[in-house]
Amino acid sequence: MTIRVQREDFDPGAELARFSSGKTNVGGICLFVGLVRDYMGHDPASGAQVNGMTLEHYPGMTERQLEAIEAEARKRWPLDDALVIHRYGRLEPGERIVLVAASSAHRDAAFEACRFLIDWLKTKAPFWKVEHTPQGDAWVDAKESDDAAASRWDQAKA
Amino acid sequence: MKVLYFAWLKAKTGIGEEDIAPPDGTATVGQLVEFLKARSPGHAAAFETMSAVRVAVNQDFGNLDTPVKVGDEVAFFPPVTGG
Repeated sequence: MTIRVQREDFDPGAELARFSSGKTNVGGICLFVGLVRDYMGHDPASGAQVNGMTLEHYPGMTERQLEAIEAEARKRWPLDDALVIHRYGRLEPGERIVLVAASSAHRDAAFEACRFLIDWLKTKAPFWKVEHTPQGDAWVDAKESDDAAASRWDQAKA
Repeated sequence: MKVLYFAWLKAKTGIGEEDIAPPDGTATVGQLVEFLKARSPGHAAAFETMSAVRVAVNQDFGNLDTPVKVGDEVAFFPPVTGG
């Protein structure tokens, strides 16, 4: 189980190769990579242009929360391993922000745990995005859709 | 007590981190906020809409009723938007 919070980019292919190396008891790995969009909100047609963003985080609490989220995933699914990489600092459209991966003996647990990790991370890890637009900087508001995605797992647990 | 501000709360207070000595009897986050609000117009602006503010005490999420004491690290920030 690995958590990395870093300014620099990562190579998903190299990360996957390292993550899968030597795993002979694992049937599947699910890996998600999040990218910076070049428009605000959900709709590319109506969303204002975004020239880039800067991610701020709370060093110390970030790692602590990510560890707690991974521990929760391991309680819920029979995972072999998990990996979370999250970047901070200035990012341009198209750049990678986040990677989460989960490996398990069977694909269902890998898919579900991967989805859980990114859903919980979005509502529980202390990161904040400010978008740089032609009209100036704007702090991104938390999305109800993200809360709904995260709370889906609360119900799943009950 | 160490108080931290992130995102637009940092922009409004103009401070990322401050060491403060709240008055005796400050036992909860809510009471701490009342004390902090009076420190500057920027602080008052940051805490104007408490429904938009989240808090962590010693790096765990809390709320206005969470106890605080001397030596704690208390952070204020908007709802998180990572991922």
